[in-house]
Order: sequence, then structure tokens, then C-alpha cells
Amino acid sequence: MSNKFIGKSVKRIEDKRFITGKGRYTDDINLPGMTHAYILRSPYAHARIKSIDTSAAAAMEGVVTIMTGDEVGHYGVPCGWQVNFKNGDIMKEPPHPLLVKDKVRHVGDAVVMVVAESREIAQDAAEAIIIDYEVLPAITDASKAVEAGAPLVHDDVPNNVCFDWEIGNPKAEVDEAMASAAHITTLEFVNQRVSPNAMEPRSYIGHYDGVYDKYTLYTSTQNPHLIRLLMCAFVLGLPEHKVRVVGPDVGGGFGSKIYHYTEEALVTLAAKKTGRPVKWTETRSEAFLTDAHGRDHVTKAEMGFDGDGKIVGLRIKTFANLGAYLSTFSTAVPTYLHGTLLQGLYTTPKIHLDMTCVFTNTTAVDAYRGAGRPEATYLLERLLDLSALEMGVDPTELRLKNFIPAFDGVTQPGYQTNVALQYDSGNYHGVLHRGLEMLGYEDFRKAQKEAAASGKLLGVGFSTYIEACGIAPSAVVGSLGARAGLYEVGQVRVQPTGKVSVFTGAHSHGQGHETTFAQVVADRLGIPMEDVDIIHGDSDTVAFGMGTYGSRSLAVGGSAIMKSLDKIIEKGAKIAAHKLECSPDDIEFTDGKFTVKGTDKSLGFGDIALTAYVPHVYPANLEPGLDFSSFYDPTNFTYPFGCHIAVVEVDKETGATKVKRFIAVDDVGNVINPMIVDGQIHGGLAQGIGQALLEGVEFDGNGQIINGSYMDYAMPRADDLPMFELDRQVTPCPHNPLGVKGAGEAGCIGSTPAVVNAVIDALWSAGHQVKDIRMPLTSERVWSAMQS
Amino acid sequence: MPKITVTVNGTQRTHDVEGRLLLVHYLRDVLGLTGTHVGCDTSSCGACTIHLDGHAVKSCSMLAAQADGATITTIEGLASGDELHPLQVGFKEEHGLQCGFCTPGMIMCAADLLNRNPNPTEQEIREGLEGNICRCTGYHNIVRAVQHAAGQLTEEV
Repeated sequence: MSNKFIGKSVKRIEDKRFITGKGRYTDDINLPGMTHAYILRSPYAHARIKSIDTSAAAAMEGVVTIMTGDEVGHYGVPCGWQVNFKNGDIMKEPPHPLLVKDKVRHVGDAVVMVVAESREIAQDAAEAIIIDYEVLPAITDASKAVEAGAPLVHDDVPNNVCFDWEIGNPKAEVDEAMASAAHITTLEFVNQRVSPNAMEPRSYIGHYDGVYDKYTLYTSTQNPHLIRLLMCAFVLGLPEHKVRVVGPDVGGGFGSKIYHYTEEALVTLAAKKTGRPVKWTETRSEAFLTDAHGRDHVTKAEMGFDGDGKIVGLRIKTFANLGAYLSTFSTAVPTYLHGTLLQGLYTTPKIHLDMTCVFTNTTAVDAYRGAGRPEATYLLERLLDLSALEMGVDPTELRLKNFIPAFDGVTQPGYQTNVALQYDSGNYHGVLHRGLEMLGYEDFRKAQKEAAASGKLLGVGFSTYIEACGIAPSAVVGSLGARAGLYEVGQVRVQPTGKVSVFTGAHSHGQGHETTFAQVVADRLGIPMEDVDIIHGDSDTVAFGMGTYGSRSLAVGGSAIMKSLDKIIEKGAKIAAHKLECSPDDIEFTDGKFTVKGTDKSLGFGDIALTAYVPHVYPANLEPGLDFSSFYDPTNFTYPFGCHIAVVEVDKETGATKVKRFIAVDDVGNVINPMIVDGQIHGGLAQGIGQALLEGVEFDGNGQIINGSYMDYAMPRADDLPMFELDRQVTPCPHNPLGVKGAGEAGCIGSTPAVVNAVIDALWSAGHQVKDIRMPLTSERVWSAMQS
Repeated sequence: MPKITVTVNGTQRTHDVEGRLLLVHYLRDVLGLTGTHVGCDTSSCGACTIHLDGHAVKSCSMLAAQADGATITTIEGLASGDELHPLQVGFKEEHGLQCGFCTPGMIMCAADLLNRNPNPTEQEIREGLEGNICRCTGYHNIVRAVQHAAGQLTEEV
């Protein structure tokens, strides 16, 4: 493998179309004869539908068809992960119909779809539809939804409990450890609900071609093949081979575009019914109501320490809000993507999480950048810094004392946690030491004291996180309830002229796969990057795929491509050996040449490619062609980790908080394109800092989102953030061919607690011994905390 | 229906438009200039930013009818032939974009900023782009892209 491109900050191939306005997102696609859909949604969080009158709307000029729950309500979208109750009972899995006909369960629940000649006509017609609702009391808080007498979201789900669940050591052992603790830090907090807010609103186009009896769905998705599988096999019962799903350019996902949404099936049905293409594009207001949200945990956590500051136990009770319906992966997020990370970087001997997952009259909650791992990290890292303050010890020394010792996963075994996972490789001391060096820790503490003397509040917050990425070994997740395998597919097709088409089941919606994957392929084959084309996002061209999420594209998708590249080279060596009259074992492949070892006899990659397709002088019993497809199923998750440090200044008079510095030292294993990895970290940091200081979906008592627009929901903007200070440590992943761990979520996982810890530190430095401030840390909340 | 005549990316266009048609929908749906995006419905995100008579305007915040007689530049008209605008170069060189959805609006806004202030400070860039939301980049490399276009990064190749 040459190193011409790997490790270099190669500028992105995909940028040209985006900077010139030529990107092709779903809403940019217009098909001949296309109609437009508008979905009439419930204005109430909880109400019985008494009647629906669409007659006036149906009579309006330009209306093509109107669909209600009577027509399509028997179809519903499924959940992809089964979690069982502690007692072994299967989770409650109420249907999520495409259109509701009996009872709406959250504001924005879909009731009627109007298809018309234009978006405006469809909207006008929807306004002429009369729905008579009987409004019911609504419940939005997961911890209150389980109380006796709370409104029932689904009439047949007692106490609104989807399931209860636990992980870790036996509860009694943890209780015993906690009873022996010299100090227990207790933290009750809310990890608030946030809205993913990818900049491109969801958009779908359904198309049916009667001549070929073939459906096409254009969709702003992170995983076209998964959508096809779910829609065909579990929703509409369509023949999979007659359905093409295309995910063209997609304007960000952050998890929210993983899931199979009802509207994807609706436009598909409507296209068949009308015989015309049907486009639906949500408004931003609809996105706030219907794109799956993230987080929303209510937690009480206790961490026990012995007299030397060693952690002896961790005991947690959490209520996780799932919203009104189960989204595709919503049940996995608070459980297997959260509970399994509660070891953190620490040797904590006894851990127990008691989790209750709850339905409420709110938008569904599912994976949002980090998915469960940010919640685990927030819990642990808040406890670490708070414990240090309570015990009067340094938060970094407390961490160093409790870190798992370094291990490479090759000569030393992986680290077996108490919460099911086995870490692959790590050097946790390294990232903290480097972070402290970048911060200038001693100087900071001096500056903090000096600032306090002059009336300014400075604070520093730490977060040393770990995550499980490269999702995921199929057998492992299958044993945990996943209803899908989580391998990836990579096909490498060498064309007769030596140009290379690569088909990947991963889907790029900002991650830069067209560049990173091309760097890998070009180096492995010793050819120029411009000879490589990365093709993704179309189920008709890409054999199969599980898509992009969980920082899996390179670790899993890249590994599948590597497997195919190995097969290409192995076959190429056979062809070369035949032409050079030697044994394939005597052929070595470097820098694009097949060479007879120890000689100057060689053939170039292009020669071999041509020979494979013009097999005149060719080995007997070898098929022509040079085209291989591989499935790669990882043997373990990957475990990136890092140290994030926030420095904040809090205005004493107003409580306004400014992030002055943000230092991130991340170890994501080997790096193919440092520029792209840095970009991923930057974006994650902004989202994590956004959750700490700005963002949060707020409901009123009736279940209305009171900040469901960009005017009201505080998205991080350019002047809210500093320039980030990044560095990297490299501990290669020992179990995949590229040694990569994944970088997509790291920034978002580590940063939130660092910022909150920094504000708490600032307040303690001024004598306000505050344990928690509810996120987002608005100036009002910080100011109020300083008055106590 | 009102008749409007506008000059878009150097070409004069005349259309009858519905009175309620937003300028952004005129550009996207009538003229097929889909580089101008719609990211929100409250004029808050800036994805639809264009230049109208030389100034950055959120094209969702006005009606097509109000643009009658105006000269408009969209992202598709920013480059001079094959020669990219310095901001387009800056965004590529500094990795100022990921998913690309906010990028056209961000570039159009930044171009207006540099027209008004060719040598902005970091804080002026951040405040100048405050009306445009990016969810991918954390703005770090967007700031650098603008600095690149302003010729401020030449010393650190």
C-alpha cells in the first residue's frame, strides 16, 4: 500500500458541485408530470378524531387525490430493535400508522395527505379540510408519564412503559459497594431533548413506472437500502427487486435521516395511486414536529469513592423519553448505545443502570449524533468534575487515578467492561496529558484566581470520553435485539482501461466519502485519485448497504472496500504471473505494479486490467474480469476516545456565558484525511456546545413545542463559538484493516459536559456551590444559580 | 398575475408570477436555479441568500413581484466562467463545507461581507455570518474560508 494520499489533507472532490450551486438534493429534482403533497397534521398532542371531512378540499381545482387513515391507516412503520423487559417480556410495540384515523398522539401526527398540481394548491386544500377532535390531556415528561393516573399515550400500554431494562453488575453488589463508599456524589439532572436540525429539510419523491412495474423513491436518507428493505418487507409489502431507492445529495443527517419515516411510504403509495410522481418536502416547522429528536433523559446518578479517591461504584436510575411512537432505532439508543458506555474510561468495579423507556405525547426520540453515548458521557463526566469539587481534589488527578491503564489490543488484551463491551485499544492518560499541555493548566488556574480578583468568572471543564463506533458486529447486535445485520458492502469494479468504480453501501451526506474512500483505493492500487469514482446512494447501482451512522462508514464500509481491493490484487497477481511466467507467489504488488520478486520484470495495473477483460493470454481456469464485491462484518465495535477541555467566562451581572477556548484531543485511530477528520470534530463540537448553552426543545403543558422554529430554537451561530484548538493521538484500531475508529460523533459526545463543567467550576470559584444547572445554560439559568 | 422582469446572472427574464410567490421559489421552481436553498420558513437560516442589486438578501423574505426590475446574482452566477470566485476557492481550500446545503447562502452572504469590508477581523466575519446557519462545520473552517478569500491566510500555506 503506498502512502501518496492516505494521511494527507486532500481537498474534497465533491466540493465543486456544492460551491457552484450544482448539488442535487431531493427537492432539486423535478420529474415530468410531478404533483405535490401536503400533509395535514394534528395541532393537538393528544386527541381523538371524531370526524374528517375532506369533501370541500376534494372538489377544489388542481387537487389530484386525498388520502386518509381509512385508506392507508393499516400500514405502519416498524421499529428495528427489540428490547425486552427485565422480566423477559417483549417490549410494547404499538403501531405507527402512516396516517392516523383514531387517536393522534403528538403535535404533528399525520392525519390527511393532499396531493395536488402545486404545493400551494395542496396547502390551500388542506385548509379546507375539517377535522373534529376531542382533545385529551397530554403528557410530555417521561418521569411523570409512568405515574398512576397519567394520560395513556397508547390505551393498551400500561403506565406508558415501553419496557424497563437494566445492565451492569447485580444491583445488590452495587448497593453494597456504595454502602462502603467514603464519599458519594449524587447528581439529579435532565439531559434535555434537542432537535437534530440538519439544514436540508426532509424531502421525498415517489415515482411509479407502470411500463416496467417499478417504483422509485428519491429520499433524503442516510441509508437507501435500509429504507428499501423496511418499506418493502415491513410496511407496504412491495417486491424489493421492483423498488429502487435513491439517496441523492443529502444536506446533513446527524441521525435524523436514518429512520424510515411515514412520508416515504406515503409518496410511494400516492405515486402508484395517481400514476404521477409525488413530491413532499417538509417545512422547517414540520421538521421540528416530525424529525426524530435526540436525548431527553431524566436521571439520578450516584458515584461512590473510597478514601483514596478511587471509584467504587456507580448507580443510576434513568427515565428515557421515546416520544409517541417507536422510531427505527429508538429502543437501542437508551439501552445498548448508552448503558454499555457507562464504564467510561474508568476502572469502576461495580456499575448498575436501571432504565425505564417511556411513551409520551411528543415527537419520537431516536439517535442524534452520538446516540446514547453523549448521554453516558454527560453523566460520567459531570459526576467526575462535580466529585472533584465536592471532595476538594483536582478533577484531572481524579481522572488519572481512575483511568484504565493503556493497552494496545494486540500484545495486550482488550479491556472487558462491566457493561458488556470489550474495548479494543486505548491510551487514556495520553490524551488528558496532551490536553492539559495545550491548556497550560497551571497558568489557567493562576489566571482564574486573578480574574476572580478583578470580578470576572473563569471556569475550566473537563471531559474524557469514550464511544463505541464502527457499528456493528451483526451477531453481537443480533443477540441484543437488532432486527438487522450491521455489516457493510463494498464493490470494486476495475474497468478495462484501468479506471476504477467503487460502489459503497455507506452514504455520504457531508462526510466526504467521495474523497476519503478514493484516497484509500488510489493508494492500495497505486493509481491516481482521479482514476477512482466513488458511487453511493442508489439501490440500483450499489449491491446492498446499511448506510452511514454510528461513525461506521470508514471503519465498516472502508473495510469492505479493502476486502474487495485485496481480491482484485490477488486475482491481478494470478494474471500477472501467467503473463510473466512465474508463480503467483512470486509476484509482489507495489505502487501499481505487479513485479516478479527480485527482478525488474513487471506489469502495470492498467495492463492487468485490460488483460482481465481481453483474456487472450490468460490463466486456465480463471474467470475473465476484475470486479469484486465484499461484505465486511466487524468483529467488534471500535472505541475512539479523547479529552475535551472548555474554558468559559461567565458574566457575573447577567449570567451570560462565553466559550473562550475549546481544546479537543481526540484519538480516532488511524486517519486517512486529517482535514476531513478535523472538520467532523469541529461540527460535533458545535453541536455539543450547542446543547450545553443554547439548544433544547421545550414543550408547554399541552404538548405544544413552544420553540419549533429557527426564530425560537437557538441554533449555534458563527458568533457563538470560538476557533477550536485540536490535536490528535493515534492508537490504531487492532481489528479492522485500516486501523480506523471513526470520527463523526466524537466532537458531539465529549463537548457537552466539558462546557457545563466549566460553568460549574466558574461558579464554585466564586463561592456558589452549585451542583447542576439545567441545560441549556441560558444566562437566566446561570444568573439564577448565582443568586442561590 | 403580476408580470416581472428581472436580470438573473446576466440574463433578462420575464414571467407572470402568482402574487404570493416568494422570490426563492421563483428562482428554484420557475428558473430552475436550485443552488439557492430553502432551509427554514422564518427567514432565519440564510440558505436562500442571493444578491439583489448588489446586496445580500434572503430570497425567502420577499415576493418575486417585489423583485421586478432588479438585478439578481445567485450562486450559479458567482463564478466568472470557469474561474471560481475567491470565496468558492476559499470554501474548498479550507474545507468550509460538508453537506453543502448552507454553502451557497453562506458564500453569497460572505461575498457581500467582503464587498463591504475587504479585510474583516475574525469577530467581524463571525458577526457578518450570524444570519446564516451551518449545522456541519462548527463555523471554524467557514471563518477560515472567508479569511482565505480575503487573502489573510497566505502566510500559512
